[in-house]
Amino acid sequence: MKSEGEFVNQPDNTAFTQQRLPAWQPMLSAGIVIPLFTLIGLAFIGIGVALFITSQNIKVQELDYTGTATSSPCFQCSGLSIQNCTCERNFSLSELFEGPVFFYYGLSNYYQNYRQYGVSKDDYQLSGDTTYFLKPQSYCSPYQYSNNKPIVPCGSIANSMFNDTFRLYLLVNGSRKQVPFDGKGIAWWTDYNIKYRNPSPVNGSFAAAFDGTTKPVNWQKSAYELDPTDQANNGFLNQDFLVWMRRAALPNFRKLYGRITGGDYSQGLPAGNYTLQISYNYPVLSFGGTKKVVFSNVSWMGGKNQFLGIAYLVIGSLCVVMAIVMLIVYAKYKFPDNDDA
Amino acid sequence: MSTAVRGRVCVQASGFGGDEKRVDSRTIYVGHRPGPATEAFIPPKFCDNRIVSSKYTVWNFLPKNLFEQFRRIANFYFLIIFLVQVIVDTPTSPVTSGLPLFFVITVTAIKQGYEDWLRHKADNEVNKYPVIVLEDGRKESEKIKVGDIVEVMEDETFPCDLILLQSSRDDDTCFVTTASLDGESNHKTHYTVPDTEKDLQSLSATIECEQPQPDLYKFVGRMYIYKTGQDPAVRSLGPENLLLKGATLKNTKKIYGVAVYTGMETKMALNYQGKSQKRSAVEKSINAFLLVYLCILISKAVVCTTLKYVWQSQFGQDEPWYNQKTQKEKDTYVYLKMFTDFLSFMVLFNFIIPVSMYVTVEMQKFLGSFFITWDKDFFDPEIQEGALVNTSDLNEELGQVEYVFTDKTGTLTQNNMEFIECCIDGFQYKNTDSMSELDGFCVTDGPVSKLQQKAGLEKEELFLRALCLCHTVQVKEAGPDEIDEIDGVQVDGLAAGLSQPDEERGFIASSPDEVALVKGAMKHGFTFLGLENKTMKIRNWQNDTEIYELLHVLNFDPVRRRMSVIVRNKSGETLLFCKGADSSIFPRVRPEEVDRIRMHVERNATDGYRTLCVAYKQLSPEEYAVADAGLRDARLALQDREEKLMVVYNQVETEMSLIGATAVEDRLQEEAAETMEALQGAGMKVWVLTGDKMETAKSTCYACRLFQRGTELLELTVRTLEDGGRKREERLHELLLDYHKKAVQDAPPVKAGVTRSWSNSNQEYGFIIDGATLSLVMNPSPDANSSRYKNLFLQICQNCTAVLCCRMAPLQKAQIVKLVKNSKGSPITLSIGDGANDVSMILEAHVGIGIKGKEGRQAVRNSDYAIPKLKHLKKLLLAHGHLYYVRIAHLVQYFFYKNLCFILPQFLYQFFCGYSQQPLYDAAYLTMYNICFTSMPILAYSLLEQHIAIEILLDNATLYREIAKNAMLRWGPFLYWTVLGIYQGLLFFFGVRYLFSNPALQDNGQVFGNWSYGTIVFTVLVFTVTLKLALDTRHWTWINHFVIWGSLAFYVFFSFFWGGIIWPFLRQQRLYFVFANMLSSVSAWLVIILLILLSLLPDILLVVLRKPRGPHARKKKKCQSSAGSSQSSRVSIRPLLMRTFSDESNTVI
Repeated sequence: MKSEGEFVNQPDNTAFTQQRLPAWQPMLSAGIVIPLFTLIGLAFIGIGVALFITSQNIKVQELDYTGTATSSPCFQCSGLSIQNCTCERNFSLSELFEGPVFFYYGLSNYYQNYRQYGVSKDDYQLSGDTTYFLKPQSYCSPYQYSNNKPIVPCGSIANSMFNDTFRLYLLVNGSRKQVPFDGKGIAWWTDYNIKYRNPSPVNGSFAAAFDGTTKPVNWQKSAYELDPTDQANNGFLNQDFLVWMRRAALPNFRKLYGRITGGDYSQGLPAGNYTLQISYNYPVLSFGGTKKVVFSNVSWMGGKNQFLGIAYLVIGSLCVVMAIVMLIVYAKYKFPDNDDA
Repeated sequence: MSTAVRGRVCVQASGFGGDEKRVDSRTIYVGHRPGPATEAFIPPKFCDNRIVSSKYTVWNFLPKNLFEQFRRIANFYFLIIFLVQVIVDTPTSPVTSGLPLFFVITVTAIKQGYEDWLRHKADNEVNKYPVIVLEDGRKESEKIKVGDIVEVMEDETFPCDLILLQSSRDDDTCFVTTASLDGESNHKTHYTVPDTEKDLQSLSATIECEQPQPDLYKFVGRMYIYKTGQDPAVRSLGPENLLLKGATLKNTKKIYGVAVYTGMETKMALNYQGKSQKRSAVEKSINAFLLVYLCILISKAVVCTTLKYVWQSQFGQDEPWYNQKTQKEKDTYVYLKMFTDFLSFMVLFNFIIPVSMYVTVEMQKFLGSFFITWDKDFFDPEIQEGALVNTSDLNEELGQVEYVFTDKTGTLTQNNMEFIECCIDGFQYKNTDSMSELDGFCVTDGPVSKLQQKAGLEKEELFLRALCLCHTVQVKEAGPDEIDEIDGVQVDGLAAGLSQPDEERGFIASSPDEVALVKGAMKHGFTFLGLENKTMKIRNWQNDTEIYELLHVLNFDPVRRRMSVIVRNKSGETLLFCKGADSSIFPRVRPEEVDRIRMHVERNATDGYRTLCVAYKQLSPEEYAVADAGLRDARLALQDREEKLMVVYNQVETEMSLIGATAVEDRLQEEAAETMEALQGAGMKVWVLTGDKMETAKSTCYACRLFQRGTELLELTVRTLEDGGRKREERLHELLLDYHKKAVQDAPPVKAGVTRSWSNSNQEYGFIIDGATLSLVMNPSPDANSSRYKNLFLQICQNCTAVLCCRMAPLQKAQIVKLVKNSKGSPITLSIGDGANDVSMILEAHVGIGIKGKEGRQAVRNSDYAIPKLKHLKKLLLAHGHLYYVRIAHLVQYFFYKNLCFILPQFLYQFFCGYSQQPLYDAAYLTMYNICFTSMPILAYSLLEQHIAIEILLDNATLYREIAKNAMLRWGPFLYWTVLGIYQGLLFFFGVRYLFSNPALQDNGQVFGNWSYGTIVFTVLVFTVTLKLALDTRHWTWINHFVIWGSLAFYVFFSFFWGGIIWPFLRQQRLYFVFANMLSSVSAWLVIILLILLSLLPDILLVVLRKPRGPHARKKKKCQSSAGSSQSSRVSIRPLLMRTFSDESNTVI
């Protein structure tokens, strides 16, 4: 090569320029693929079995309380003009509902993922920036101003916050014993601790920070008095508010309302008769939606979902079957490239 | 670009010249002095001497460049999308499409601006060059006006086209080299206009010449010289008087010339034409696919818009209470809303046609072409150059070639002529001295002994004299006088130390044949000493110097196929020597002389030699006078000079007597036969198009193994046509039908993929046609069924393994290429040639390849690719072309695929979000998907992939057939990729959809929202798409590893980073900790793994079940073929022609 190096115009004789870089040339031959498929298949079947059993063991109790049917206890509340209506749903558990039990509310045919709906919020406001309290961003329209006062928190999402409340009673010897919901830790940790911030109090008063603004049109209470029982659970850091603000992906969704963990119920809900008292505020019939509540316990894979387990089982067996088919084909026709494999 | 420039020139010319000046000639007043004959001297205006090759000025750069860029349909499309995003309320911000578009436009603009700046610089250098004008003294070159008398010193280039008036040389000549114009580096002699006054200041003359035209070698004009009290003297002007802009003065101290054409009207500027854009088949495929995707895009948008309004008409869905419309929305008309909705959907789905594909394709082509220039196998130590890529747009076309049109001389053969033997008066004289092998027969000492005394001494002398005189060769001078003769040892010793100085005298000629002949004569003892002052000196056997006065040169032209000189010897005899092709000489000599020599000529021709016949004639003074007058008259003619000269030439060159014939060998190029064999093995049809005569060309074809022993030749030449003695057309018709029956109807259908050796049982056909017959076929007389001939001809040719077209004019070469190019199935054609006569076919073919040969650089400059040797064509096509095609085809398919499965989930999501144009993915993902996450792996793949190793590709020419006919970009593979994309898109979306039927995916019971949904889909998408490429990669270099795993790592890193910070400039922190939260969910992990595997499953199966192709499968074949090829290469060390013809020649005749 040295002698050729004398030429000025001689191209560089490097592996790269000569397209001779050392290369690994994998071949997916049957000899590799058949064991691979078997292995994957078996692993998938294993995971699938685990998923399926786990999912089977998750208990779910769903109660629809929309009140469309006249026989439904909530029927009288579902009318449009009725305010402050309460209704009750009874149900019974025949065995212990193992805890921790999670309590969800679910809406259907509700498009939280609507685009115009989704952009209708002001993240600056929600991060406690008071300059945006008086001048909400225009995306919040038509919930930007109300009676010439800026709305805080502005926008469709906040405005349409779910405002049904629930109380669960266990019927013990004919008397009602309230089962407490733990409303803490139902929102994402980062939402609660970083993304959403309350405005700093003015003159020691949290409410004063909201001076000059008005509450969203559909709200009964202002943001700073959402939870009268817990000062820290107010403003934008209200857990229910945070849960609501994380938009659901699909029109049929459920959101976490609370957990049942306290005291007597740390093992779960014992068998017995229960009454769910619903303060029915949230209209859904106008757009053909339904409302429901869900009691569910969770596992390492989250809530009950048969899909994943079944999918793993199917794909796992498919892989094994294909490996067998390939083996038969291979044994019969002997792939030509396997002489040296 | 040239059209723009040209356009302005036209405007100027017509604008200045006025209507009445738009005639065939222009009048130039030398030194701006009016001739006495003109009553009213109006100085005519011509354009100035400024050369403008640049495209933009500072002022019009921005608008013009932008305009040109947005004329590209893709850029325009993206501009529209961008504008829609700006104007209409759309789901994605204008940045998502504006940023990439801006990037692409800026990069292109910078590149074009830089190129134009270079052109400006070059223009300025030329335009500001100081020149001396006799009237005005020193001034800038751009200010030269037509009529100025310009002084040019040695080694300077001419600033404009000049008529040579005065030279510092005594013999009224000057030498120029036109290397920068046509690449011919030899010195050309130009002559002053005879009898002009020595004092140019007082010269009063006008020049009448034709309007500017681009032909470098044509010029007609007349010069009127006025002297007081006399009639104006008229001198004819020809190309030998015209000094072209761009040429360089050599060997002459200084000259004066009058400017006739300036600036953009010079022949150089008129020849400076931008090549027409060639578009590759791949690009056409891309456009077709683009159309399909555009249809998909539009139908998606239409479907979504329609469904949106259908859905909204249902109860409660138009405006649910939680999502009320703004006042503005309520006020807009429903049809306008529909339209903006449609546009919004278009914007949402526009990523299906990615702006980055064009960038990637261009980048791939640009960077990929470096591998051709870098390839050291293309480096030729002889000329110290490697391959040259003029257009990188056609890289992949090299892998698609179906027809190869090759020139013969200089391409198949070396154009390195060697005088082999001659025949004098029917006796054969073989000259073995020049051969490398020693022959005892040859006695080395003394020139006489080299010739066996067979013919008379006188005849021999006459023959050698003819060889010495009848040419246009120049002796390369070291100085004005023949120094090299005196101390030639020193001079030539430097140039070529090996041989005797006398034998290595530098001869320069436009055709290497002439040099070979002069050298041949020299070997036999007659040395041409040089031409000076119209006297030719030769040294004869007795070492005496004979002096001849050169009276006329009857130049060579391809129509006559001969040239003559008229000389007068010392004794006052006027002699005409003529040499030329046998067919053009034989009818002009006495028939009884012909037979003795014809045998030799034909035998020589079948041996693959180039033969020339030499004849002479003694002119009586009367005859000469007539000829002289005729020649002078014709030369003075302003119009139809060519035709008139031809007539005179034909009159003079008659009744000559034949002296002998010469045979010159043109050696085959290195590995010409192997290359041709490989091309044929690769399924290409090789057509040889040559201007040479049939026998020679045919033998070259045999030597190159284009024709083989078993090949049945179908001849369609003047000879076969005249057999029957009937009308040519009838005979042509009959032959065509006959051949058609033979080659097309009776032949079993040729299956693709069958190599030559296997198909030996079938009869192979070779087809031979000559120029005259071809023009009959192409332009038959009107009554004949014309198009039928063409079709028959094409069909026959397409069924032949090789076609030889001989005696082609350059234009006919292009005609044939065009004919094939436009035939059914529009096959991809490739032309390869080295000379100016190949330029037309190089430009015409899909891919033009120039050989950096001896006939100048014109072919190279007009080619798309230039290689030093023919043998390099094999690697260029079989290895580079094949790889490029596979790479780019995969690149294109992959791009469409990855964008289809990128956008399909977004489309499906519309069905679940009330058709509200909610994007599934975050804007950052939308923008970065094509730019960052998935672009580098495919680019690396498209640059480095070798699905089959280069050696194997070279050894198995048949592999080329696997990708023939755009195999990887036809609708079949496209459908496969599209189906794959749809399958994966459906899988991504619905897999996650079913997972989200319960959005509580974490063990703390918290639920995921819509951005988590999108991020899971996107993660699956990025991994699947990248791993799909990894599955397809057969050649994993460290770069591939780095880029593939790197992009995946980058995606993960970016997602963490993007979601890990509250970005102050974002108005919505959508992705804040979404990715991290996703990874904390076991279910999300499981679904990602499941979906990736499921998406790739069909591909893995396909890879396994498909017939194995790749290094393992090829191993055995390689062993066999390498044994074969090594054998054949060993054989080829012997001179090819010699060997082949001893076997083959018997089958030729």
